[in-house]
Amino acid sequence: MIKFLQGNEACVEGALMAGMRFYSGYPITPSTEIAELSAERLPKVGGKFIQMEDEISGIAAAIGASLTGKKAMTATSGPGFSLKQENIGYAALAEVPLVIVNVQRGGPSTGLPTSPGQGDVMQARWGTHGDHPIICLTPDSVTETFYLTIRAFNLAEKYRVPVILLTDEITGHMREKIDIPDPSEIEIYNRKRPETGDVYHPYGVEPGEIVPRMADFGSGFRYHVTGLMHDETGFPSNSTENARKLMDRLMAKTVTYRDDIIDYEALYTEDADWLILAYGGMSRSARAAVKVLRQKGHSVGLFRPISLWPFPEEALSALAGKVKGILVTELNYGQIKLEVERIACGRCPVEFLGRGNGEVITPEMLIETFEEVAK
Amino acid sequence: MNHPLAESYFRMDKLPHIWCPGCSHGIIMASIARAIDRLGLDKDNVCIVSGIGCSSRAPGYMDFNTLHTTHGRALAFATGVKLANPKLEVIVISGDGDLSAIGGNHLIHAARRNIGLTTICFNNNIYGMTGGQYSPTTPTGDKATTAPYGNIDKPFDITKLAIGAGATYAAKVTAFHVTQMDKYIESAIAHKGFSLVEAIAVCPTYYGRKNRKGSAVEMMTWLKDHYIDFKVAEKLPPEKREGKELMGEFINVDAPEYTALYDALIDRLKD
Ligand SMILES: Cc1ncc(C[n+]2csc(CCOP(=O)(O)OP(=O)(O)O)c2C)c(N)n1
Ligand code: SF4
Repeated sequence: MIKFLQGNEACVEGALMAGMRFYSGYPITPSTEIAELSAERLPKVGGKFIQMEDEISGIAAAIGASLTGKKAMTATSGPGFSLKQENIGYAALAEVPLVIVNVQRGGPSTGLPTSPGQGDVMQARWGTHGDHPIICLTPDSVTETFYLTIRAFNLAEKYRVPVILLTDEITGHMREKIDIPDPSEIEIYNRKRPETGDVYHPYGVEPGEIVPRMADFGSGFRYHVTGLMHDETGFPSNSTENARKLMDRLMAKTVTYRDDIIDYEALYTEDADWLILAYGGMSRSARAAVKVLRQKGHSVGLFRPISLWPFPEEALSALAGKVKGILVTELNYGQIKLEVERIACGRCPVEFLGRGNGEVITPEMLIETFEEVAK
Repeated sequence: MNHPLAESYFRMDKLPHIWCPGCSHGIIMASIARAIDRLGLDKDNVCIVSGIGCSSRAPGYMDFNTLHTTHGRALAFATGVKLANPKLEVIVISGDGDLSAIGGNHLIHAARRNIGLTTICFNNNIYGMTGGQYSPTTPTGDKATTAPYGNIDKPFDITKLAIGAGATYAAKVTAFHVTQMDKYIESAIAHKGFSLVEAIAVCPTYYGRKNRKGSAVEMMTWLKDHYIDFKVAEKLPPEKREGKELMGEFINVDAPEYTALYDALIDRLKD
């Protein structure tokens, strides 16, 4: 079905198709349309929407709902994303599937509420305290927002990891044509649940499986969930040996299964001797710039991480060994640039064009910078 | 031989608990189990949610669906559990700090919504787990590790706070008055709507020691001598009421419950 939607609306359409049946959150620009549309649509499909008293309770209620077996989501922007951090760590340690949307706006603090920014990419990775696994996906269009929201739910269910859908004011508010597929064309992953009668170790992994099976609260398996380090039975344990086992297993999720999780787009990179690296809303300018630069005779390609965390490290590393340089462009002061420098590891120069003032970097600005640095 | 109630409702392999000798948290926890037993609830349909604190360790010992969350957020997690599955009987265990300091916002909003959660506040007037700092219920003038010269803050009356915010059931009781406690917790769980039982507890280790309140037995005796039912107090001459603290069932009214309203909304949208 062809529709004309905003990115934020496409996110809700994707979430519903993925099976979202619970939304809890607190309004904040530029993410509010996600809450509004969820409030309208969820009760019509038997789902629940609740506007909580703040973002902390927004994510807490979503975790509670997920434990009863419902697919749950919460959405926010910068200041609210900061408030959610403690419970993101809770979901990571207690392995509660959950989708958190952050429609990024400009600046720290209240910053620039109605302008785009990409300053939360490192917070998305390391915002909560302690080492923890996280998956973070970032779309560059309305259609991709729809599909990545579905993917976010699927990955959350499959790996029992909180998944952050990191969009921005550009993709969140822009309207585009989108062809919404029939649900039958969409692959949906549902968490594995224990079978009745099983001896249930809520944090023990069955042989050949990826993560522990997850019982719904109320389904007859009375178990304990805690944010303390716990053993396979789910109860707190102070043993360092046990903590090591648990942390190793959690941290391995996004490493062992990285090929299944990692996603990126490589455009004209095969013959490229320069790369422009951009992601999310910014890659729209980058894509346009690359096309113009190609017409002008530059052999330049676009590398666009779609999963920011885990980062498409191996693919970028292979290219970094071949190209003369990489121009990173992002709406911050160089957060992903650091990651690119780490991966390039001195094999090629890493140039940078960033903004943190709510301004969008235009294709013209990028072309100019490129022609300066790639001389 | 173990007590049959313990066998039925507790995870015997997780006991003994971590609480200090003389701590009254165990008394309140046992009262919750007796209330559940008398109501004949199916254990599979009971979910106990707590925050962080000595009191919040209780769910780990109790044989239900149990959720030990982050500091102050028990009611917020519980709201999600209850709204997502209203069939569950959701009971929240929370300390005075957990519930009325860091979690105060969630308390007033859960009460305002009249969502069918039962909150049992283990109010020992102190932060036990972190070693005796003052809480929003530490009486003015009392000492705590962070109030070495006496507390200048004014305390909350958590029961009144919940009533003011819209709780449709609220009772206050002490760890000494166990018969009343059993009755109030039973009524609170049976109540449709937001209910709160504030159980005044003793922390001999920190609050008691800092304020020279004597042994656990002396602290319990103080509760016995000072708390009277507000209905009894109403009939007393003023000189006999002096220095007394009031307890009892302060409110018990019917009002539409939040998850039932939401389910009605879903039904309405069907046609
Ligand atoms: C966000 C956060 N802040 C602070 C703490 C430290 N902390 C743990 S328990 C607690 C207070 C507990 O007091 P109370 O809720 O009254 O329960 P009690 O231990 O007295 O039963 C504090 C401050 C924490 N765990 N998390
Ligand atoms: S510190 Fe106080 S509240 Fe905590 S277990 Fe000991 S007596 Fe109980």
